[in-house]
Amino acid sequence: MTGAPATRAPGPGTVPPRAPAAATGREPAIAIAGLRKRYGELAVLDGLDLEVPHGSLVALLGPNGAGKTTTVEILEGYRRPDGGRVRVLGLDPHHDGAALRPRVGVMLQQGGITPQARPRELVRLYARLYAHPADPDALLELLGLAPAATRRYKLLSGGEKQRLAFALALAGRPELLVLDEPTAGMDPAAKAQVRQLIADLRAAGRTILLTTHELADVERLADHVVVIDRGRVLAAGTPAELVAGAGLVLRFRIATPAGRDVALDAADLASLATTLGGPIEADGAAGRHRLAGRAPDPATVAALASWCDGRGLLLAELRTTGGTLEERFLELLAEPPADGGPAGADAVPPGRRAGGPS
Amino acid sequence: MTGRAGADVLRAGDGRPARVATRVMAMLEMELRLTSRRLENLVVTLVLPAVLLLFFGSVPVLPDAATAMPGARPIDGVLPAILATAIVAAGLVNLGISTGFERSYGVLKRLGASPLTRGQLLVAKVGTIAVVEAVQAVLLVGLAVAVFGWGPGPGWSPVAVGAALVLGTAAFSALGLLLAGTLRAEATMALTNALFLLALLLGGLLVPGHQLPGLLGALASLLPTAALADALRVGLGASTGDLGGPLFLLAGWALVTAALTARTFRWE
Repeated sequence: MTGAPATRAPGPGTVPPRAPAAATGREPAIAIAGLRKRYGELAVLDGLDLEVPHGSLVALLGPNGAGKTTTVEILEGYRRPDGGRVRVLGLDPHHDGAALRPRVGVMLQQGGITPQARPRELVRLYARLYAHPADPDALLELLGLAPAATRRYKLLSGGEKQRLAFALALAGRPELLVLDEPTAGMDPAAKAQVRQLIADLRAAGRTILLTTHELADVERLADHVVVIDRGRVLAAGTPAELVAGAGLVLRFRIATPAGRDVALDAADLASLATTLGGPIEADGAAGRHRLAGRAPDPATVAALASWCDGRGLLLAELRTTGGTLEERFLELLAEPPADGGPAGADAVPPGRRAGGPS
Repeated sequence: MTGRAGADVLRAGDGRPARVATRVMAMLEMELRLTSRRLENLVVTLVLPAVLLLFFGSVPVLPDAATAMPGARPIDGVLPAILATAIVAAGLVNLGISTGFERSYGVLKRLGASPLTRGQLLVAKVGTIAVVEAVQAVLLVGLAVAVFGWGPGPGWSPVAVGAALVLGTAAFSALGLLLAGTLRAEATMALTNALFLLALLLGGLLVPGHQLPGLLGALASLLPTAALADALRVGLGASTGDLGGPLFLLAGWALVTAALTARTFRWE
């Protein structure tokens, strides 16, 4: 706190600004602390923290139902939180909505567009709501919508509808973009196109928050990832930091003495899981497996070799590698929540179920 | 893909909204374009009233008591009733159904994240109805003049006609928005069409309000449909009945329905 006189808190007992704000002398574009939201009995957000510095791209990553959409809808002023602090561009989304809306571009999960409307007139309509908007035709061109510009919305493909929703978010040339699953429902070519556009916007200095459950979005775009589940932050950092948080993974291939790959059956998997102290997962082609849930140690390797020997099988290949972002993501989701509640069944890796008693 | 034009799109702007009038006009134009594209709406707001006007103006099925003016012709009683029907179609049916579906498609939600405020959206929708009603008036009065040689009665009052149009539009538009903001879109569609039929039956087109039996007559006299038709009849000089009562009833309906709509309207 070098600039103490200027940034002095208004009184004792107020929460001091968080570190990034103090470092830049400026509050982040989005600052969320201790956010809570309940729908009836269900706690959708349970003390969520999130910061998006100016000019950065932050990805909010989580499985379906993690609280991603609720978070962005609070940022957009659609919902009021039950607790916690929310500032968007230094403003309160609920009370300062009129000042905030012209500065924030929003892409909702569902289009919000009348079926009879056409892309060009929609982009023109949204552009005319701003003092200095993007050129509608340039925007249609940029998103590859020029050929569909006069087609009725209901006749557009899913990918075209998504790109139109993106175009509407860009119409006012907002400094902050909040994109809820921008690549959902697109074919691979459209996904690549939209990812490139997001990267270009980031390079042009826009601040972007996007939600996704696609790891490719995160790996290719994000400066910073926040992994959430059940309304809480599980991990946060750069994509590289998250991968580094993953332990070593033991991968192996088992074959007959003649060298033919062996696909282990359920009984073998269960026996091997007991021997190695963790669930066994398929790792690509038949015969390739990996040990999930724990990092290998020298005794693990010896136990695996001995297990193969006992069955007359050949340990044809063995390596320990660093994890991928996907493995780290699944690992984070599989860890039981801190309050001891039941872990979601979907988060349990398939190998654990295969390795259990059947 | 990112040419010279693309660079402008990528840079952030100054984050200022357009002037209020520009925003409202942009939305008004969009609403008019969409209205002209909804064929079923055009049938109810324009074609059906015109067909009814031609039919009831030509075929003397109406009781003479509908106008109660010496020397009156069928068209004198028919035109005010048809104009009332047209206003119900524009406010209740057209606005109610389109707003109901916009709500279900998330259109209202998406606009809520734009610089267009709810008040500005409402002004644009009211402006759209005003344009639709102007087209209806030109069409229906034009037909009445051209086909039946219609002219206003001796005691006609533009002020009374204007008051009836404004209050009637307010009452039925508020009713349309009340249904659109609380019910599912499909339910709104069914109910507005049912109320439209009721307006046809009780609007004095087939039977004048005071000839309806007992309870039905009492009910009809409290509804805005008969009040609007009565006020238009007096305003166009087709009847010398009471004007204050119907206008007061319409104003009451407009105020109560608008207050209810403001309290209950759900944007998602």
